[in-house]
Amino acid sequence: MDLYAEEIVSHYEHPHNKGKPRDANTNYHEYNPLCGDDITIYLKIEGGIVKSASFDGTGCAISVGSASMLTDLLKGKKVGDVEKMGPKDIIGMLGIDPGPTRLKCATLSLKATQKAIFVYEKKDASSVSKDL
Amino acid sequence: MAAIDVEKVKNDFPIFDIKVGGKPLVYLDSAATSQKPRKVINAISKYYKRYNANIHRGVYKIAEQATEEYIKSKKKVAKLVNADSGENLVYTRNTTESINMVSYTWAEQNVGSGDHILVTDMEHHSNIVPWQMLAKRKGAILDYISLNNEHSELDEESIETQLAKNPKLLAITHCSNVLGTIVDVKSITRKAHQTGAKVLVDGAQSVPHMPVDIADIGCDFLAFSGHKMLGPTGIGVLYAKHDILEESQPFLGGGDMIKTVERQDFTPNDVPWKFEAGTPNIEGGIALGVAVDYLRKIGMGSIREHEKMLTRYALEKLSGIDKVNLFGLPVERIESRGGVVPFAINGIHPHDVATIFDSEGIAIRAGHHCAMPLVVEILKEPALSRISFYLYNNERDVDAAVAAINKAKSIFKIQ
Ligand SMILES: Cc1ncc(COP(=O)(O)O)c(C=O)c1O
Repeated sequence: MDLYAEEIVSHYEHPHNKGKPRDANTNYHEYNPLCGDDITIYLKIEGGIVKSASFDGTGCAISVGSASMLTDLLKGKKVGDVEKMGPKDIIGMLGIDPGPTRLKCATLSLKATQKAIFVYEKKDASSVSKDL
Repeated sequence: MAAIDVEKVKNDFPIFDIKVGGKPLVYLDSAATSQKPRKVINAISKYYKRYNANIHRGVYKIAEQATEEYIKSKKKVAKLVNADSGENLVYTRNTTESINMVSYTWAEQNVGSGDHILVTDMEHHSNIVPWQMLAKRKGAILDYISLNNEHSELDEESIETQLAKNPKLLAITHCSNVLGTIVDVKSITRKAHQTGAKVLVDGAQSVPHMPVDIADIGCDFLAFSGHKMLGPTGIGVLYAKHDILEESQPFLGGGDMIKTVERQDFTPNDVPWKFEAGTPNIEGGIALGVAVDYLRKIGMGSIREHEKMLTRYALEKLSGIDKVNLFGLPVERIESRGGVVPFAINGIHPHDVATIFDSEGIAIRAGHHCAMPLVVEILKEPALSRISFYLYNNERDVDAAVAAINKAKSIFKIQ
């Protein structure tokens, strides 16, 4: 099955940007009761740019794989652009639509990322897109 | 006891005509809900096409027919579980509503501040949360019978210790939807009665799968769901002893549950109608009766034997696969094990397992199975994968599951 393409599985087995960094200036923890996925995203934001991104936690291959891929993708992005990302961008990143149930696993790290940004900007974290 | 002809049974279930991603459906999630035979599906449309009318109130022919069919269904269900009469059965939406009904009627009147309510570490959320809510309302104390060291069945010593606290109520599952462990509810009911406790048995996973005899068990309440026993969703059953039903206050107020209403007061209707306020799920009740006909024709004893055979086969096959962990009682204890096989593959998250099964057209459940205290706190797993059987499964379905496990292992490069 394509969902478990080589790339996602390899990100799951050898995740990039895993661990709690010392220089992050914001973070957010998200939990998905469906799978028990538990992901914290750490960001270092400077001058409106994501300077570094990493994550910690455990979960299914879809949530961990996407967290690994997303943290790769975030580096150097404008905060405003990250705030605008949605499920479509995650599907684009994975290269496959995991279907309605598993999409929640795939978007968990983006949800945490956007909430981490909102916390950093002292905005209301609950205003993150309901689609995620 | 006749062996089940699975091919013939499968033909009675229209869903097995479908293809999932081009593959025939292998349904191994009957503990969540069962599939429905054609007769049950047809009974629903027949009611709407031929005699749709409200029950209890019409004097015309089709209303009488609907009322009669609805009441007949209760008689069939009563016979299935050996309740003395349909009058001791309240139709609800599901097991969850049945348990909540007890918590808001009998328990509301009889449990007070400082009283103990006893459940077990094997309960479904629906046999935990209503008691937590009651405990909060009343200032009562919720206790748990713990599991043995293998986390496979109730700990005998804990049963004694907890019953010694003289609980008002023991609410206990007959068969765990996570582990498949069958509890000796007859012996534990006897012990609980000696301490003065009333006993509620959660029969959601037993009534559909094995002979259940209320008179023999001796429990005060039994709750189960129609949708897990070939019936439609939205119909469930609460059995309660007649004197308890008589003495308990009603739950919801409204039409049908009254005899007379004055401006300031009402006289409740007779049991069980006192507990069925408003227009019920008429077609659901009728179709449940048809489901019971189907089950009794096959025979509950035959269904139990069939599931035992499949469970033994699955446990033997799965225990031979490296990196697969099995939970629950070992195969030697098959007599105490229902058709539920929880497992985990080292290094693969259960949800990934279920998704890979799905890619083969196989439906299994992955998650905490609405039993978070057991799965997360006791078994210390974020989630489990679960295979569960019914009368339409055969060894080929188990073989398909084994192949899917091997596929999952190969995707994740696990040897
Ligand atoms: C043991 C047990 N109790 C209660 C329930 C709740 O049943 P329902 O959702 O039909 O109310 C279930 C369903 O999964 C169950 O397995």
